[in-house]
Amino acid sequence: MIDFVPSENDQKAFDQARASAMICRKYARHYDENEQEMAPEKLPEADEFYAEHPNPAPPGEGDSSMLTRMARISMINYWGDYTVRLIRESGGLGNAALEASGTPEQIAKWGKLCLSMAITEPGCGSDPSRVATTAVLDSETNEWIINGEKIFVTTGIRADAVVLWATLDKSAGRGGIKSFLIEKGTPGFNVPHKEKKLGIRADDTAAYVFTDCRIPRDNLLGGDEKVNLKNSGGFRGVMKTFNMTRPLTAAMGLGLAEAAIDFTRDQLEASEIEIDYMAGPGSQTAAAEKFIRLEALFDASKLTTMQACWLAGEGKPNNMESSVCKAHAGGAVRAVTQGCIEILGAMGISREHLLEKWTRDCRITDIYEGTGEIQRLIIARGLLDYTRADLK
Amino acid sequence: MYSFGMTDEQTLVRDAMRDFAAEVFRPIGRQCDEGSSIPSDVLQSVWELGLTSTQLPEEYGGGGEPRSAVTNAIVLEELAHGDAAVAVAAASPSLFANAIADYGSAAQKERYLPAFCGESFHSASLAVVEPGPLSEPMRPRTQAEPKGDGWVLSGAKSCVVLGDQAKQFLVLARNQDQVDAFIVDREAEGLTISEPELNMGLKGLSTARLDFERVNVSASDRLGEEAGSNVAAILNSTRIGQAAALLGLSRAVLEFCVPYSKDRVAFDEPISKKQSIAFRLAEMHIHIEALRNLVWQGASFLEQGLDATKAARLARTYANEHALWISDNGIQVLGGHGFIREHPVEMWFRHARTLSVLEGTVAV
Repeated sequence: MIDFVPSENDQKAFDQARASAMICRKYARHYDENEQEMAPEKLPEADEFYAEHPNPAPPGEGDSSMLTRMARISMINYWGDYTVRLIRESGGLGNAALEASGTPEQIAKWGKLCLSMAITEPGCGSDPSRVATTAVLDSETNEWIINGEKIFVTTGIRADAVVLWATLDKSAGRGGIKSFLIEKGTPGFNVPHKEKKLGIRADDTAAYVFTDCRIPRDNLLGGDEKVNLKNSGGFRGVMKTFNMTRPLTAAMGLGLAEAAIDFTRDQLEASEIEIDYMAGPGSQTAAAEKFIRLEALFDASKLTTMQACWLAGEGKPNNMESSVCKAHAGGAVRAVTQGCIEILGAMGISREHLLEKWTRDCRITDIYEGTGEIQRLIIARGLLDYTRADLK
Repeated sequence: MYSFGMTDEQTLVRDAMRDFAAEVFRPIGRQCDEGSSIPSDVLQSVWELGLTSTQLPEEYGGGGEPRSAVTNAIVLEELAHGDAAVAVAAASPSLFANAIADYGSAAQKERYLPAFCGESFHSASLAVVEPGPLSEPMRPRTQAEPKGDGWVLSGAKSCVVLGDQAKQFLVLARNQDQVDAFIVDREAEGLTISEPELNMGLKGLSTARLDFERVNVSASDRLGEEAGSNVAAILNSTRIGQAAALLGLSRAVLEFCVPYSKDRVAFDEPISKKQSIAFRLAEMHIHIEALRNLVWQGASFLEQGLDATKAARLARTYANEHALWISDNGIQVLGGHGFIREHPVEMWFRHARTLSVLEGTVAV
């Protein structure tokens, strides 16, 4: 059934998330202005909050599926702030990668750690097949020797370990790439600095350097080190991860865009500018007309993102849909936040309000987890029935 | 609950309508456009599918099936995918019939609904748009001036669908401080129906201008009689319906451009292998998928009896903007061929431009 009305239980979960987001928002500016400080693992309000707002029941009959609900809750969390949480979640992107491509033994061994994921390098972003970090097997000691440099590693500072992409054979391209788990403290694994960024400044983003870093042979995720030119388990493992994470990344940006929408609506109402959904351009302000267009863009993006998560929850293929929602959200959040500044004028750029921050924070949405251009390549290949070689 | 899955029945209906529109609508789209009319046997063939009668009450001869705005949106998308002009003409009687079924008094239902459950195509239209700039459905310049038990209508409407054959018109007019809908017979004294208007697109629709020169309407002609009606809700349904039609039209453009761009060779390779073309196609697909969700959202709100004013406006706004972008860029993908009337894309662009400024043509 096609239905867009949250159930009572869904609504309870959303209300709890909203109440928590409103507390987190109070800290948003502080950790933006103090980039090198790390937001606490637990805010002082946390215990009292959870005593008053017990966690809602998991979805049952007549409720949205877990993943669909997760998409909406994610938007609400990011509506509060990109980084600050009452209690910080322990996992990172690497945990999803471990779940997707680790053996049962590996998942049991490392699943409880906070795992970052290191793909991007100074010389390679959108095209991971150009990964230059190497893994060479020392057959005498049965160890991998890792050398290379990684940047933009999310949760890079506080992660206990990293899921790292390295190549066994550069000449094999994508087929030669495998993922490895490396724990912090391993000799040769250095974390030189936290990155300085346009937005999401409070977020923990690090650079990693590996110099003759030795790890056990069993730390190769999936356990299969055969280099297969056509069918790389490593690459496919990560693409599988992205089918879940692309919609959630879209949801994160959309939370920021929704914050901008709500703030702008409040300001228009305070200025006694009516938004009339029946009226046309002849009988309301250009600001109201523009605002309605931004709302349409936002709602379209929100629903499309929830649809990709709904498909995942139903166990249906969502490769196209997850790229569609990511590409849509990447553009929509830019247009919405920048459009809100345009509507409100100079007030929109003042650091006394959070709108300028949301505008900076959401700018990454169209870049990480596959740029808008990469998503369009994936979508176009799907539409045209082309392979990667057909359309580059 | 947020759920995006069509029911099995909706999937069956979608597939049947898709096939029907491909076989019956698509081949005659160009002919209807060039000839500014739709063959009556085509409208009759859709009528026989029960598009209008299925969801009307059994007591008036209808199928008595519960009305699903979502299913109707799915149907409109598929019909407009075949051809938007033919789709609007075929679906327009439902708008009038459903307004009577939803808001009409017992006497009005008795009087008007049986004709929509009959064997031959029966046309009646909503009259919303007005001549002149900045026409707005909820701010009609057409006046209903109280007189005795009834009213006197003065003013003008334009772009009234199937104005050449509609038996009745549901006319929106200002009645003191509110907007009401009045049922006016095409033979009413003081009503002048123009020759078909000359429009840019949807030419097959044969729209007319209606001039009301002190047309008397009685108390029994006001939709809902004493109880009145909810004009805003009728308009919400039409906005979602039109967005669904623009969605189908947009999909037609994309699905035409994909094989075209794979066949057309420039600089030794199909143009589809160039990112400037491939990304444009991806962009079309992104907006089509997103628009469908906005259409479904509005339709599901209506279906559940919730206020759909905002959702309808958002769907309509998004549909207008992106159907235009998609059809305009469809022309660009075809290059010079996009400008030639041998291909349908220029026609679809004109249809999109036209449908996006009309109000009150079809509903869910």
